[in-house]
Amino acid sequence: MIPAAFTYYRPRTVPDALSLLGAHSEEARAIAGGHSLIPMMKLRLATPDHLVDLGAIAALKGIRAEGGAWVLGATTTQAELIAHAGLARALPILRETALQIADPQVRARGTVGGNVVNGDPGNDMPAVMLCLDAALEVAGRGGARTIRAREFYRGAFITALAAGEIVTAIRIPAPPAKAGAAYVKLKRKTGDYATAAAAAMLSLEGGRIATCAIALTNVAPTALLAEAAAAGLIGAAPGAAAFAAAAAAAEAITDPAADGHGPVDYRRRMAGVMVRRALAAAAERAGG
Amino acid sequence: MAKTAISLTVNGEKVEALVEPRTLLIHFLREQLSLTGAHIGCETSHCGACTVDMDGQSVKSCTVFAVQADGADLRTIEGLAAPDGTLHALQNAFREWHGLQCGFCTPGMIMRAWRLLQENPHPSEAEIRFGIAGNLCRCTGYQNIVHAISAAAATIAGASKEAAE
Ligand SMILES: Cc1cc2nc3c(=O)[nH]c(=O)nc-3n(C[C@H](O)[C@H](O)[C@H](O)COP(=O)(O)OP(=O)(O)OC[C@H]3O[C@@H](n4cnc5c(N)ncnc54)[C@H](O)[C@@H]3O)c2cc1C
Ligand code: FES
Ligand code: FES
Repeated sequence: MIPAAFTYYRPRTVPDALSLLGAHSEEARAIAGGHSLIPMMKLRLATPDHLVDLGAIAALKGIRAEGGAWVLGATTTQAELIAHAGLARALPILRETALQIADPQVRARGTVGGNVVNGDPGNDMPAVMLCLDAALEVAGRGGARTIRAREFYRGAFITALAAGEIVTAIRIPAPPAKAGAAYVKLKRKTGDYATAAAAAMLSLEGGRIATCAIALTNVAPTALLAEAAAAGLIGAAPGAAAFAAAAAAAEAITDPAADGHGPVDYRRRMAGVMVRRALAAAAERAGG
Repeated sequence: MAKTAISLTVNGEKVEALVEPRTLLIHFLREQLSLTGAHIGCETSHCGACTVDMDGQSVKSCTVFAVQADGADLRTIEGLAAPDGTLHALQNAFREWHGLQCGFCTPGMIMRAWRLLQENPHPSEAEIRFGIAGNLCRCTGYQNIVHAISAAAATIAGASKEAAE
């Protein structure tokens, strides 16, 4: 369990981090909280020659409101996110999700940016970012660009991020008026990745669902946006019948692996159960 | 492999050392500083036996590189009792309440509880259980650990009330 040797850098600015990553091309890696990367390095599933620590870059830290939107610096830890009262009022689903990630020690080091960028289908934040239609702000030596979370995930551990690029912040647009949201996760024990989990956000108008988004964790090689399931709810009255139909539509797009979390059929059905519960909680929070 | 110079504070004392970048903080503490209180249980970031306090937070020292602790303020179980050897309220409570059996999880458990009681000086039973969720114990069934942490919280609250009076 000893990682392979590497050279360590602790730059103070984003341009310095980018030139360090660029100078060494493929064998250089960013490290944020290290709570996915260090375990992989111990197993030598990751053997970077150069490790660029993003932890001392002040520009990557902090949580701020910009108009109705919220911007989370990439190296904001889960613990910092949980402690932010303004964010908890505006977007309680983020705190609700962070509290379901691992345990206090992991949340003290693990970052929101690392969770979103890592690309592990078991990570909890990607589905929430799909659901909220977040945008990832990316910096590279060629300049800055923005990638929608909905266009970011290509496969297990494969994302739209190019070599040498880093995510600097995550921008979450203001939710629709009268929206409620929830993240519901089934896990076998504390600190476990989801058997299945679902994020849902919906808004109501005159007792009917006006907007809806649903996303799923760990039931396919990437987090999934359940578009048909959400579209089917527009105009419907919130309730068990409508939510059961949405759950069935969400189950249909899952492609879970059979592993220690359970066989394929079980995990697919649990994805449906998580969707129903997330929708019911979201509707209640929306005032339905 | 080239070594990197780090300087940090450990249990109130300045430490300067040379480390390989890949050296994990737990190995640095145990092998270079001979602070063998923090244990290596799983080495896979799950068990919390390696928990130490770093800059005001509980961390699993098997999942931090020693180079990342450059400039940090660290506290380990060795730094909990008073210099004259008087045990901390948490250490006493773990004895009183039989909060350990084999004792392997205890240094990490107590360091986590120490930080928890600063984050939340009056935790409910549920809050204690949630707060120590990153520390596994194979022996006790947790019940007496939770009792011990509650009892220590009451002792600390009583002592600070007395001091204020
Ligand atoms: C015991 C345990 C239980 C866990 N349980 C859960 C769980 O239930 N749910 C969950 O979601 N996660 C879980 N995790 C993972 C944890 O949340 C990680 O912290 C997270 O996945 C990665 O964030 P990090 O900051 O630690 O990233 P790191 O480990 O530092 O990095 C992960 C990857 O992302 C890249 N990276 C990081 N930041 C950036 C950036 N800003 N720009 C570009 N690339 C970047 C790194 O190069 C690396 O490839 C668990 C971890 C442990 C050890
Ligand atoms: S040894 Fe660090 S968590 Fe188990
Ligand atoms: S007392 Fe034996 S592991 Fe906790």
